[in-house]
Amino acid sequence: MAVMNMIEAINSGLETMMQRDDNVVIMGEDVGYFGGVFRATAGLQEKFGKTRCFDTPISECGIIGAAVGMCAYGLRPVPEIQFADYIYPGMDQLISEAARLRYRSAGEFTAPLTVRSPFGGGIFGGQTHSQSPEAMFTHVSGLKTVIPSTPYDAKGLLIASIEDNDPVLFFEPKRIYNGPFTGYYDNPVSPWSKFAEAEVPEGHYTVPLGKANIVREGDAVTVLAYGTMVHVCKAVVEEHQINAEVIDLRTLVPVDIETIEESVKKTGRCLIVHEATRTSGFGAELSALVQERCFYHLEAPIERVTGFDTPYPHSLEWAYFPGPVRIREALEKIVRDLKS
Amino acid sequence: MADENTKSNLPPLTLHIPEPKFRPGDTVDYSDLQIPEAGAQRRPDINTAPKDMQDMVYDMVRVLDDDHKAVGPWDPKLDDEILLKMLRTMVQVRTFDDRLHRQQRQGKTSFYMKCTGEEATSVAAAMALHGDDMCFPSYRQQGILFVRGYPMIEMVNQIFSNKADKLKGRQLPIMYSSSELNFFTVSGNLTTQYPQAVGWAMASASKGDSRIAAAWCGEGSTAEGDFHAAMTFAAVYNAPVIMNVVNNQWAISSFSGFAGAERTTFAARGAGYGIAALRVDGNDPLAVYAATSWAAERARTNQGPTLIEHFTYRAEAHSTSDDPTAYRSAQEREEWPLGDPIMRLKRHLIRRGVWSEEQQEALDAECLEAVKETVKEAAKNGILGHGLHQPFETMFQDVFEEMPWHLKEQAEQANKEREIKWPS
Repeated sequence: MAVMNMIEAINSGLETMMQRDDNVVIMGEDVGYFGGVFRATAGLQEKFGKTRCFDTPISECGIIGAAVGMCAYGLRPVPEIQFADYIYPGMDQLISEAARLRYRSAGEFTAPLTVRSPFGGGIFGGQTHSQSPEAMFTHVSGLKTVIPSTPYDAKGLLIASIEDNDPVLFFEPKRIYNGPFTGYYDNPVSPWSKFAEAEVPEGHYTVPLGKANIVREGDAVTVLAYGTMVHVCKAVVEEHQINAEVIDLRTLVPVDIETIEESVKKTGRCLIVHEATRTSGFGAELSALVQERCFYHLEAPIERVTGFDTPYPHSLEWAYFPGPVRIREALEKIVRDLKS
Repeated sequence: MADENTKSNLPPLTLHIPEPKFRPGDTVDYSDLQIPEAGAQRRPDINTAPKDMQDMVYDMVRVLDDDHKAVGPWDPKLDDEILLKMLRTMVQVRTFDDRLHRQQRQGKTSFYMKCTGEEATSVAAAMALHGDDMCFPSYRQQGILFVRGYPMIEMVNQIFSNKADKLKGRQLPIMYSSSELNFFTVSGNLTTQYPQAVGWAMASASKGDSRIAAAWCGEGSTAEGDFHAAMTFAAVYNAPVIMNVVNNQWAISSFSGFAGAERTTFAARGAGYGIAALRVDGNDPLAVYAATSWAAERARTNQGPTLIEHFTYRAEAHSTSDDPTAYRSAQEREEWPLGDPIMRLKRHLIRRGVWSEEQQEALDAECLEAVKETVKEAAKNGILGHGLHQPFETMFQDVFEEMPWHLKEQAEQANKEREIKWPS
């Protein structure tokens, strides 16, 4: 075991897979010599050579398109898109090609690629360094979407994603690269080294895709979250001593419906939290699933706490971010009569 | 806000909207089209730097002259046997197109696309490649499959979306796929195959392999962003790839001017990327073969990518859903100064003394018989709309490697509906 922050865990996951599988190739803007703008690929080019980890032109459709072609050859590329906000030029290649390759060729060609991309806000990134576009991908049949919330999960889920034979969108919440963020923006963030989840095995291990993690057990309300919001939710329920069950979904597609269903049937209440904008966000899908499957167990309407339906603002970051106040209000609405 | 630099006395700007020379009913006159003499083009060494062959991108590599003789430095000097195979394959493709187009008209399938007049750009090109070179075609390179010996019946099964369709009825007709023959699965989204071909070539190079990739797109599709991405990546990584632009003058109803052809050639775009480029008479099978061989040798010896513009003419409708008489002069096809690739090769072979009109007639008849027979065989596996050829589960398979819970639930639903919609 070693102590790692999330960036180090991701770097270790990449290194582990490059060591194990000669077909794993890393490509993207600034990922080679420089090691990535967030240092996620630091040292990999030096260790594995330029043909295994290399810089690309600034062209997201080129990066993902070339990666799809590499898959057709038999490689297992792990392209990086520098910020999720810049993934859109590559959408055609992801949606029309990577996601459909296996289906349209009846399994003759597949796209076992993992697109890594830092996402989410809370860092004064403004409109184009803060977005959470996961719902654009969860809506696409043939793509898997994975979002870790701890260093341990980040490495295990990344390895599982790279080994998966389907295309995976691996969104890294950059707000929690260095330590879990509770949403209290005035407080300094404690580094990952102070938390058990920073204990990361140095070798190979996986955290299975499609399996949620119950990060806090409770029976008053089920809180569904992923990425940075897992930590914000945890902090709020702990502060207000709400007996909430907090579930880190980890994989959005395919989502762990069993864990969700079991929890909501137990608690009878459900709060869904994500940073992404509300309308047609992934929360809507979660809400519909819970309503369809747990209707007779529900004791209150399902609530959603999300980003507002606006572009991500710069100066009003903390008014936009779905932080502790918004979550507490929603929880009180659902669990009012249960609050001690 | 007044600006002292404002010059209100300037004439108004005008927006240029390209317009083809000929519309329905117009008399076609191609006399101002620059068609260089066959054999007049130099053949640079394969290691020539792209900047030293920029004259080639405005010229046109031609081998067969007006007397049907092979002339000049680009003559690939192929054996009779290879040329006869080339002719036979092109005839097969054209016969197949005609017959399958007719099947669509008879309601046996939903859709078809011919490549009439462009057979050389896939057949001669594929013959100049190795069988294990990877092809990333668009939807109009069915000739590659014929060259590589793909069973014709598999193509018809796919077109009929029947129970023997290898793609399980999932794909629109003609969007073939054959990993075995290194023919990449055809996508409806234009030019996506371009950066993919470059990525494949990069992979081959990074593994120290000796195989190369070839991609095809139409001139209309060069306007897509993926074309630019692919050219940039191909140049940056010196990828062993051949980028074919089949300039057949028309993108559905838009003439090539809407892809930029009024200002320059498509081959000339290669120069801007630092990519060696050739402009070729696409109706001259020998020129297409020679250019592809040149580019392949270049790629195989680590000299990097080549862009080839095949100057040709889309002789028929864009697809079975298209009526070209609504936007272009019917005379264009007859007047096309580069003729027809099959006729040109036929006349060349007759001139060589290894072929005759009688043999051609026999070949035409033989190919027609074979296609008819194949269509009949394939129809035994079903035709579109007559019965449910695939089990409903196939609709949900291969979305992912393993079927997740939500697809299993939906598959169950589809099966339940079956009883109601189609009671047995």
